Amino acid sequence: MANSIKVLNDKCVGCGQCAGACPFGAISMVERPEHPKKFKLVVIDLNKCTYCGTCFQTCKFNSIEIKKDAPQAGVDKSEYKGVWVYAEQRHGEIAGVVYELLNEGKRLSKQLGTTLSAVLIGDNIKSKVQDLISRGADKVYVCDDPVFIEFQDDTYTSILTQLIKKEKPEIILMGATNIGRSFASRVAARIHTGLTADCTSLEIDLGTRNLQQTRPAFGGNIMATILTTGHRPQMCTVRHKVFKEAKVEEGQKGEIVDYKIDVATLVNRTKFLGFIEDESSSVNIGDADIIVAGGRGLGKSEGFKLLKDLAELLGGAVGASRAAVDSEWIPYSHQIGQTGKTVAPKVYIACGISGQIQHTVGMNSSDIIIAINKDASCPMMQTATYALEGDLYEIIPNIIREIKSIRCN
Amino acid sequence: MVMDYMLSEEEKMMVETARTIAIEKMKPVREHYDEKEELPWEIVKEFAQADLCGVYIPEEYGGFGKGIMGLVLVVEELCKVDSAIALSLAATALGTLPILIAGNEDQKKKYLPDIASGKKLAAFGLTEANAGSDATGMTTTAVKDGDYYVLNGTKCFITNGGDAETYTIFAKTNSARGARGISCFIVEKGIPGFEFGKKEKKMGIKASSTRELIFNNCRVHKDQLLGKEGHGLMIVQATLDNSRPGVAAQALGIAAGALDESVDYARKRVQFGQPIASFQGIQHMLADMATEVEAARALLYASARMIDAGIEKRTSKESAMAKLFCSEVAMKVTTNAVQILGGYGYSREYPVEKMMRDAKITTLYEGTSQIQKNEIALNLIKESAAKAK
Amino acid sequence: MNIIVCIKQVPNTTNVQIDHETGRLKRDGLESIINPFDEYAIEEGVRIKERVGGKVTVITMGPPQAEAVLREAIAKGADEGVLLSDRAFGGADTLATSYALSTAVRFLGKFDIVICGKQASDGDTAQVGPGIAEMLDIPHVAYVKKVESVDDKTIKVERMMEDGYDLIESSLPVLLTVVKEINNPRVASLKGKMVAKKAVIKVLDAAAIGADVKKTGLNGSPTQVMKIFTPPQRTGGEKFTGEPNKVAVALVKRLSDLSLI
Repeated sequence: MANSIKVLNDKCVGCGQCAGACPFGAISMVERPEHPKKFKLVVIDLNKCTYCGTCFQTCKFNSIEIKKDAPQAGVDKSEYKGVWVYAEQRHGEIAGVVYELLNEGKRLSKQLGTTLSAVLIGDNIKSKVQDLISRGADKVYVCDDPVFIEFQDDTYTSILTQLIKKEKPEIILMGATNIGRSFASRVAARIHTGLTADCTSLEIDLGTRNLQQTRPAFGGNIMATILTTGHRPQMCTVRHKVFKEAKVEEGQKGEIVDYKIDVATLVNRTKFLGFIEDESSSVNIGDADIIVAGGRGLGKSEGFKLLKDLAELLGGAVGASRAAVDSEWIPYSHQIGQTGKTVAPKVYIACGISGQIQHTVGMNSSDIIIAINKDASCPMMQTATYALEGDLYEIIPNIIREIKSIRCN
Repeated sequence: MVMDYMLSEEEKMMVETARTIAIEKMKPVREHYDEKEELPWEIVKEFAQADLCGVYIPEEYGGFGKGIMGLVLVVEELCKVDSAIALSLAATALGTLPILIAGNEDQKKKYLPDIASGKKLAAFGLTEANAGSDATGMTTTAVKDGDYYVLNGTKCFITNGGDAETYTIFAKTNSARGARGISCFIVEKGIPGFEFGKKEKKMGIKASSTRELIFNNCRVHKDQLLGKEGHGLMIVQATLDNSRPGVAAQALGIAAGALDESVDYARKRVQFGQPIASFQGIQHMLADMATEVEAARALLYASARMIDAGIEKRTSKESAMAKLFCSEVAMKVTTNAVQILGGYGYSREYPVEKMMRDAKITTLYEGTSQIQKNEIALNLIKESAAKAK
Repeated sequence: MNIIVCIKQVPNTTNVQIDHETGRLKRDGLESIINPFDEYAIEEGVRIKERVGGKVTVITMGPPQAEAVLREAIAKGADEGVLLSDRAFGGADTLATSYALSTAVRFLGKFDIVICGKQASDGDTAQVGPGIAEMLDIPHVAYVKKVESVDDKTIKVERMMEDGYDLIESSLPVLLTVVKEINNPRVASLKGKMVAKKAVIKVLDAAAIGADVKKTGLNGSPTQVMKIFTPPQRTGGEKFTGEPNKVAVALVKRLSDLSLI
């Protein structure tokens, strides 16, 4: 029943390629002076190995052998049909990511030859149904009840799992928002299926109907493609701005299923006491077309005043790297990157940001990247569409002046 | 890479803890508090929480019991980042040493645990406007009245003045007896007749408060007398023997911090198409700075170990040497650091100008460099005379 | 109050270097640290203990070396460390990890509050915390930025949302996942480090906690890694150097050519 991996020592030349390739650091190379050719010995730490096969693919000498068990039989997959999008709403407004998921969901459902459904949970929410249909939903399940007026994990988990158990979809896409991330995992655990977070690309393998879910791992240093082979539905979350939004097509028709709710079946162990709006956390860099972002190279908090001037001139927003936020030059709500927000504006202006991978994973899909930095050799300057070498405190005022003069003419 | 001084596991632990606080907590706020000229209490709380405040206080009074060497290691590490904030801890040690040296069991039990836990800061009140290096010139008096002493007079340049809760104050109990007419008292903040005067505007160590202490018919109970009446100057001497390594550590920390900044900058700064670290002129400056810092550290650690060993009764010469050498090195190294960083070094954008300003005080307080030399020379002559007998 | 904090040891990737030739992460000298988000979980556990009394037990799952992060947590104020170590736990996805940790929490006896960091810095899934809550059949609140009040039956917390925060009350036992805004973690104290050095870490395997090995590790993971690859590198574009004024003019020209200005 166990998976196994072994190194065929008669073929291995101790080149170490596999150790360098292993994404989990499970392979080490040990000196072996007793070997006639002093070949190093490959040692695999089975506590770390996930049998992912990267070493197998890397090895030029076919000296690694992996035997993987057929994944445990889970459920009868043929019973599961259809692609679902969880149509997250908060305070009566549909989250932006939902429209992007509808677009992607539509593409997947067409490939699979099935339908796209949206699940809408809330109170007094029926007015939003048509919006979902005109963005591509063939069917909308509506769970409308005062108990759902505010998001609480217990009630939302109960209703969504009831619905899944009854309707058996094969794929569920959810936004990687605070709400989505909070209860998707509970739902997946309750129905015992796989859930993949923060996917950046989704493809279908038509033979198995498996969803190939690709996501960044180790802070974006590597990408992993994940499958849920034996269980259904296949669940994943996707961040805002990763996929393009579905366009509104007037005159679309769809089926509306008003799901009957038996409130008595909903456990709830939490109480919602109130909501406090916070202006500082509602900085919406996610929706801006132009972002002017600053990093460690700014050197001081005043630098952000300059960036703000430029951003205002361009009608954009101000972003920041983690280094700038950690230095307390600007609040966390502006942070872009692995531990901040993901953005994909038309123009991203990186000022004094060196471009560590933790930052770039959050802005890599911007259309145009402009880097301004003293250090021409830093990764951001190397990869930018336009790389401006020099002191940002000299260059930016010049840009501002130039834009103003163009506009005046 | 620093030279290996065979630190014990616990000593390494203190260094590591101090370094973590210095880098994670102090570094982000040092410029801010230097500009604001205010003590960051949240950092003092970090020192307290991490048990750094009592490293030199014996374990039976709630400390970590690692002596003057413990204090030196912690102060050096904190001062690599910011000596002004570190003074809340270092100057507290100066104010606490008279209690450790001359306090009776009741006094130690009453005052040391709160200082060790960092709940309270302490300060040392000796200097007056007309009594600096010459303490006998002081005019603050303590006149006995029943169970109380009545204090009158003004102390000046008191580090931690106003921020501290516990003060060790020196006053004349008998003007006729000169050096033998001075006594030491523990005075608590907030008692009637004890007020704070103006806060000094200083060149450096700006985040640390330096204030006047004003005593106006301040009644202090006789239980607050440290040691015996008239023993004040002996307490001062013994305190300075133990405390000067603390100032030396402060100076060493500043120098080591400035050296790190210099090497780092020299590697990154490119002129004439190459890093300035590749120029021999810069290399030789860095080499001198590093050698001086290491020599200062070796002398200081040796002095601190000697004090902790307690074999010699007096260590005036050794602690004066450590303080003299470390503080002069701090001035030289920080001045050179500013030189290496050039215009940037002079600008507040980089920390070395602050380090240079902060370094200067170490050649001045707890005895100027000239006073240290007097102390060293005096001891040399005494030792030679004793041998000649 | 019995408080359980679940932590993870992760590679310290904050200053990670990428090998530009292979595009892979350089692992040499990469030390293991407590997942940065878990630092806030430990601190909040210790603060709750300091407020209402009780005991903080820290659990981690990993190889024997993971003991180090448990000692660090003890130095920062936790009372006990439990290491789940078994080959059977290896290769677990978030569901199997949630199963192993929830089984261990249950095995340890009565508990009131379980605290996790909002996500791990290597996986970034934020799925294990809510997963544990589900398997323990207790409520959870994710993204907690403040614990307002706690007594022996209920807890009131602020949950950070994109547009502000929700005030939520929950019955105990409860699981919280915390964000960095919740506190400022303390530096390990000297006395704490001394205690940590001497602490006895409980090491438990799958059999000891009564875990079903069909549900742990790779066997218990519904997701499988199909392949791992290096993301394509963005290639560089046009470079501008020289006088700031000329550089600025050249850029603005490009942008206005693309009608972006």
